[in-house]
Amino acid sequence: MTTSDTGVQLLEGSQAVAQAISRARPGVVCAYPISPQTHIVEALSAAVRKGTLPHCEYINVESEFAAMSVAIGSSAAGARTYTATASQGLLYMAEAVYNAAGLGLPIVMTVASRAIGSPINIWNDHSDSLSQRDSGWLQLFAADNQEAVDLHIQAFAIAEELRLPVMVCMDGFVLTHALELVDIPSQDAVDAFLPPASDIHAEMDVATPGTVGTMAGPDIFTETKYVSYQQHVAAHDVVEKWGQRWFDTFGRDAGGLVRLYETSDDGVVGGTKVPAASGKVRGCDPNEIVVIAMGSTLGTMQAVLPELADEGIRVRLVGITSFRPFPDALLREVIGQARRVVVIDRAVQLGIGGVLTGEIRRALYDSGASVHPVAAGLGGRPITEKSLAELVRQASRGELDVHLNWMDLRHDVVDAAVEASARATAEGVGSAAAAMAEGDSGRPVQRAERVTVETPADDSGRPGQRAQRATVETPADDSGRLSQRAERATVETPANQETEK
Amino acid sequence: MVKINVPFLQTGSLVAGNRLLDEQDRAVASWQNRESSLTTGHRACQGCAEALGARWVLDTAYDCADGKLMVANATGCLEVFSTLYPESGWKLPWIHSLFANAASVATGMVAALAAKGDTETRVVAQGGDGGTVDIGMACISGMFERNDDVLFVCYDNQGYMNTGVQRSGATPPTARTATTPPVGPHPGQAFGQGKFMPLIAMGHEIPYVATASVADLRDLERKVRTAMSYRGARYLHVFVPCPLGWGSESGQSIQIARLAVRCGLFPLIEAVNGELVGSTKIRDRVDVMDYLKPQRRFAHVVAGKDPEQLAGLRAIAEKNIRRYRLLEGFGPSTESSNTESSNAESSNAESSNTGPSVEPPAGRDETTGPVTTEGGVA
Repeated sequence: MTTSDTGVQLLEGSQAVAQAISRARPGVVCAYPISPQTHIVEALSAAVRKGTLPHCEYINVESEFAAMSVAIGSSAAGARTYTATASQGLLYMAEAVYNAAGLGLPIVMTVASRAIGSPINIWNDHSDSLSQRDSGWLQLFAADNQEAVDLHIQAFAIAEELRLPVMVCMDGFVLTHALELVDIPSQDAVDAFLPPASDIHAEMDVATPGTVGTMAGPDIFTETKYVSYQQHVAAHDVVEKWGQRWFDTFGRDAGGLVRLYETSDDGVVGGTKVPAASGKVRGCDPNEIVVIAMGSTLGTMQAVLPELADEGIRVRLVGITSFRPFPDALLREVIGQARRVVVIDRAVQLGIGGVLTGEIRRALYDSGASVHPVAAGLGGRPITEKSLAELVRQASRGELDVHLNWMDLRHDVVDAAVEASARATAEGVGSAAAAMAEGDSGRPVQRAERVTVETPADDSGRPGQRAQRATVETPADDSGRLSQRAERATVETPANQETEK
Repeated sequence: MVKINVPFLQTGSLVAGNRLLDEQDRAVASWQNRESSLTTGHRACQGCAEALGARWVLDTAYDCADGKLMVANATGCLEVFSTLYPESGWKLPWIHSLFANAASVATGMVAALAAKGDTETRVVAQGGDGGTVDIGMACISGMFERNDDVLFVCYDNQGYMNTGVQRSGATPPTARTATTPPVGPHPGQAFGQGKFMPLIAMGHEIPYVATASVADLRDLERKVRTAMSYRGARYLHVFVPCPLGWGSESGQSIQIARLAVRCGLFPLIEAVNGELVGSTKIRDRVDVMDYLKPQRRFAHVVAGKDPEQLAGLRAIAEKNIRRYRLLEGFGPSTESSNTESSNAESSNAESSNTGPSVEPPAGRDETTGPVTTEGGVA
C-alpha cells in the first residue's frame, strides 16, 4: 500500500484540508459560509456534487448554530460528521458546541482561526478557538498545512475512540489561503488508518431505542462532569497514540501533544513530536530560553533560530499541538531547568494577560521559571521574523515583563488615544465609558470611527479602544508609553522585580 | 408497540367513537394492551394536553413508519417532564439537544440516514410554541426551505409554561402571562402582535401543513397520517391547553380546546404545497366569551376591564371564519367525505404497508380515510 498516491503537491491549505476530509469519507458535511473557512467547504460541496465523495450528504444550513445542530443530529445517528467555521461563527454556534461535547458526539470541526469583533476583523489570531477552551472539545493546533492535513485525519480517529468532538484549529488565511507543498495521504492509506465509519456507534437507532440528552439534576450533574473530566485526562494518551500511529504509518511526525524545534550543531532546525513517555525528553538547562507558541507562528520562529544561535542565544522552541487536553506534565519535562519562558499569545484576556500564558503558568506553577507573555499577531498583524528575533533578544537581556508585553504595538496611536481619553475624563466628561460615548468635541461619535484612531498627527485624537481606555486610571506620564504605564501600574512587588533580575 | 393498518375512523357521532367500531377497527389508543411512545409515569401536570397530543402524534407516526421512527425534541415542558435522569418516558429513539435546534438536529438525523442508505426510518421533530415560533424559528425555516424530510410538530400552549408562564410569539391578545400582566389600561398581551406559524410554514411552500387540536384526536391522527404519507418538510401545529398556564381546571383541557375551535379562534386547516386545501367546519358555533370564561388568563376580559378587548378577540374569530371558510368548511376534513371513509379502509391499509410515498398520493381523500371532525360534545 502506498501512503501517498499523488506525491507532494503545491496546494492551498483549504484545498489540502478538503482533500484530507474527503479521504476520511464523512457521511455528513454541514456548514455555513464564513471567511476564512469557505474554501474548505466549497471544495467539499463540489466533491459531493461530482460524486468524488460518495455516500456523503452536504447540507447548506442557515447559520453556524444550525451547522453544529445538524452535526449533532447526524453524529448521534451514527454518521461520520464534519463541519468548519471561524470567529463569529464559532461564537454563534457556541451553545451547540458545548452541547455536542456533553452528548459525547465525535464530530470533527475545522476552526480557521480568526479574531472576534468588535471591532470586526476577519484576520487571523486565536481568540475564536480559545474562547471555546472549556467547551469539552479537544483542540489541536496545526503549525503548517501538512500538519493540518495530518491532524484532520487523526482527529476522526481520536474523536471516535474517545467519543468526544475534536476541533482542528488552523490559522485563518496564513494557513488556509497559503500555498504550501503538501502530501495528501492516499485513500487506501487513510482507509487503513481510520476505523471504518460504520463502526461509529449510533446513539439514535431504531433497533435499540434510547433516550439521549436527558435532564440531569443536582444528584447526578457533578458525576457527569467528573466522568467528562476523566475522559479529558485519558485523552492525553489517545492523542499521543494516534500521533505515534501516524508516524508509524506515514513516516511523518504529526500530532501528539507537544512539538520541539531545536537548532542542531550544524545549524539545521528540526521539529519533532515529543514522546509522551516520561524520561525520554531532555529538559532545558537554566541558560536556555524557551519560546512557546501555537499554529503558524512556529514556522516563523523556526526561521530565526539559526540567527539567534549564531548570536549565542540558545532557544528551545516548543509548539503546543494539543491545547485540549493541555500537556501539563510533558511541558514541565520539556522546560526542565529553564529560567525564562516566552509565550506568544494570540488571544488576550483583557486586563489579565494571555490565554495561552494562563495555561502555561498553571502547568509550570512550581518550576521556578519566569513566564513572559507576549501579545502578538492579533487580528492579522503580521508576526515578523525581525520582531520575534528582537523579542528573544529582549528576553535574553532580561527585558521582558512578567506582565503582558505587546509586540509591535503602535505606541504613537495608543498614546494619542489614551491622552484624549484622559483629557475627556479630566474635563468632566465623566467616566471612561462616557468618554467612549462622545468625542472630544462633545458630539456623538460612531463606534466604527472611534476604533480607527490611526492618525498619530491628530493630537486631538478621539478616545481609543476600550482596552486602552481601561488604563486611563493610571496617572498620566506624558513621556511614558502605554505598555510602560501598564507595567508601572502593576509591577509593584519586589518579588516581581526579583524574578526579572 | 403494536402495528395496525386501519385508519382511525369516527362514526359520525359526536363522541370519539372507538367503542362503536368493530374491535379490529378501533384506534390504537383504545387497545388495552397497547404500548405508547410516551409511557405513563412522566411528570406532566394533571390535565396537560401537550402530553396527550405528543403521545397521539408519535404513536400515529410510529405506526406510519412501521416502527422506524426517531424523534428530536426541543427544550421545554415536554422534554423536562418526560426525561429526568435516570428515568425516561420514551419508548422510541429520542434526542434532546437544545431549545432552538430540534429542527436542525432532525435534519442531521435525516442526513445521516440518507448517507447510510436507510430510506425507511423517519424523523419527527417537536417542541412547544416557544421552541417553534420564537427561538426555534430560524432552524425550522432552514429545515423547511431545504425541504428536509422532517415532520415538525408544534404543541402550542401559547406561552413559556416551563419557565413560569411568560409571553411567547404565540400568546393571544389579551392573555395574561407573567410578562404581560393584567394591569394598566390594556391588560394582558397586546393586540397586533404574535404570529400564526402555519401561515409562515405555508410561505415555505412545503408539501404539507396542518393545524389540529387535542379536542379532535381522530382528526389529529388523520393529519399525522397524511403528513407521514409525504416526503419532505411537513408542519403540524397542535393546540394543547395548559391548565397551569391558562388558569383552567385540569379536567377541562379538552373542553377548552374544543371551544377554541368552535368560537373560531383556532382554525383547523390543511395546506398542500403552500395552498390551503381544507378547513374543518365549525359545528355548534359558540361565542368567544364561552371560550374565555373557563380560563383565568382572560379573567380581566371576562370582567370587562377594557371592553374593546372582547370585541377585538371576536374580530379575530370573525376574520378566521372568513379567511378559512370555517362556517362551511371544505377539503378533506368536511363531513361530505365521511361516507367514503369505510370504503377507504382497505386501500389505506395497503398504502401503509407499502410505506409512505415520495409524491403526495393522488386522491388523498380516499387513501387516507377522511373523517368527520366537527366539534363533539363539550
